[in-house]
Amino acid sequence: MIANLGAVLGNFVAGLGRAQFFLLAILRAVPAALLRPSLIVRQLYMSGVLSLIIIVISGMFIGMVLSLQAHHALVRFGAADSVGVLVALSIIRELGPVVTALLFAGRAGSALAAEIGLMRATDQLSAMEMMAVDPMRHVIAPRFIAGLLAMPILTAIFSVMAIGVVGGHLITVDLLGVDAGSYWSQIRANTDIHDLNQCFIKATVFGAVVSWIAVYQGYHSPPTSEGVSRATTSTVVVSSLSVLAMDFVLTAFMFR
Amino acid sequence: MPPIPQPSAADSATLVRVRGLHFSRGTRKIYDGVDVDIPRGKVTAILGPSGTGKTTLLRIIGGQWRPETGAVEFDGINVHRLGRSELYALRKRMGMLFQNGALLTDLSVYENIAFPLREHTRLPENAIRDIVLMKLEAVGLRGARDLYPEELSGGMSRRVALARAIALDPEMVMYDEPFTGQDPISMGVLMRLIRSLNQSLGITSVIVSHDVDEVLSIADQAYVIANGQVLARGTPDEIRASPLEYVQQFLQGRPDGPVAFHYKARSLRDDLLGSA
Ligand SMILES: Nc1ncnc2c1ncn2[C@@H]1O[C@H](COP(=O)(O)OP(=O)(O)O)[C@@H](O)[C@H]1O
Ligand SMILES: [Mg+2]
Repeated sequence: MIANLGAVLGNFVAGLGRAQFFLLAILRAVPAALLRPSLIVRQLYMSGVLSLIIIVISGMFIGMVLSLQAHHALVRFGAADSVGVLVALSIIRELGPVVTALLFAGRAGSALAAEIGLMRATDQLSAMEMMAVDPMRHVIAPRFIAGLLAMPILTAIFSVMAIGVVGGHLITVDLLGVDAGSYWSQIRANTDIHDLNQCFIKATVFGAVVSWIAVYQGYHSPPTSEGVSRATTSTVVVSSLSVLAMDFVLTAFMFR
Repeated sequence: MPPIPQPSAADSATLVRVRGLHFSRGTRKIYDGVDVDIPRGKVTAILGPSGTGKTTLLRIIGGQWRPETGAVEFDGINVHRLGRSELYALRKRMGMLFQNGALLTDLSVYENIAFPLREHTRLPENAIRDIVLMKLEAVGLRGARDLYPEELSGGMSRRVALARAIALDPEMVMYDEPFTGQDPISMGVLMRLIRSLNQSLGITSVIVSHDVDEVLSIADQAYVIANGQVLARGTPDEIRASPLEYVQQFLQGRPDGPVAFHYKARSLRDDLLGSA
């Protein structure tokens, strides 16, 4: 039992070491990948644009639920005007980046791991190497960069959907009858640039973490159907847990 | 940039020289001290039962995998002593046809063949187009240029991959099972193509195959590999006339003989009667 635990722990640490070396290799390949913007744009489409629908819809519903709950609680204290603030702060500081990252891991991260795993299984990565094209530069780095860029944009879209447009605004102003002017002015008075900064930093870090885990899992997956499916699953599991853990660390750090 | 290593032993007749190759996969010894010479400008066949390590040998020559001990020299340059950029420069001089084609699935047939040209040359688009169409014409698939890899049969994929492998006019092409999945007509076309690439352009060819008769009919020399050793080497006639029983067994495709058809195991009787 204890020996088992030791082995699991040892595996985990070894995996962490390998993943760090892999990250270094990605970062070394980034400058070369930046010289091929068309590859990055294509990946932005694959991981960013194709994730839009799920992000938009989730943003709407989370904004709606959150404002219902907030109104229900605040109206008892006669603070219904502050619903907007509560919704905006929780979305911008926490839910926006975290939920977007979890959805991104499920939608884009898993697809990324499966795609790269299949490229490995069908020798496409080897074929590139033999054609003297470095897969790190041509396949891995563009996908990593695209994930890094897509996450903040998706988070912004998620937050706008949740707070404005149809989410919080729809429920609070149109359904519960809070004055639109005070909804927005309360939000403006109580959120500042630090909140937006915090949101942006979290989104970027989560984007890097999810993309890193996804390309690592895909690149190292055994060249079998089972290997690829396992890489896909562990991408979602490991990156979701990492996002939640990183969120705690970042929050603790930024609220010091 | 570090200096490009210069050929050490200037032996112009041999392009690839493998010496004392040892290689294992887990506990399994794939190569146990193997010497192979690939003569320049000739067609060399590598024959052997499946699972012997023929693909492995090609990957080791291409510098993808590292031998445990032993040396691989390409044109006098030790492949496994090169830094990354030198290795990549060396690989531009080799083409490799992978066993299942390994076409890039997000690119069309046309773009697959254009891929190495776009990566390594600054040719204008119309020059790339001419080269791609000529290579496709050579493998009889000019009409398939707009298809995607998933729309091709296995044999077609392999022919596209061949066109891609010769796109940069390499000095040497390694063909891994090029004849698998080809109908008799495309088999004949492929054999003539490999031969004519060799004769007109002087491309050194290494063909790994099970199709003993076909490959021996176009090869200048052949190796028979099994159980981690070179069993025989020589001209096709010498191989066919080999007195060694295991070579004959392989050529005639008999299951029983010195080369085990079965993967190493207990006797069937023990396995069936014995406990787990
Ligand atoms: N990724 C791998 N892990 C473990 N063993 C492998 C792997 N790839 C190949 N092998 C082993 O190496 C041996 C040689 O493989 P290969 O070179 O593909 O054979 P061939 O091309 O002659 O059919 C096989 O018997 C196989 O068991
Ligand atoms: Mg093989």
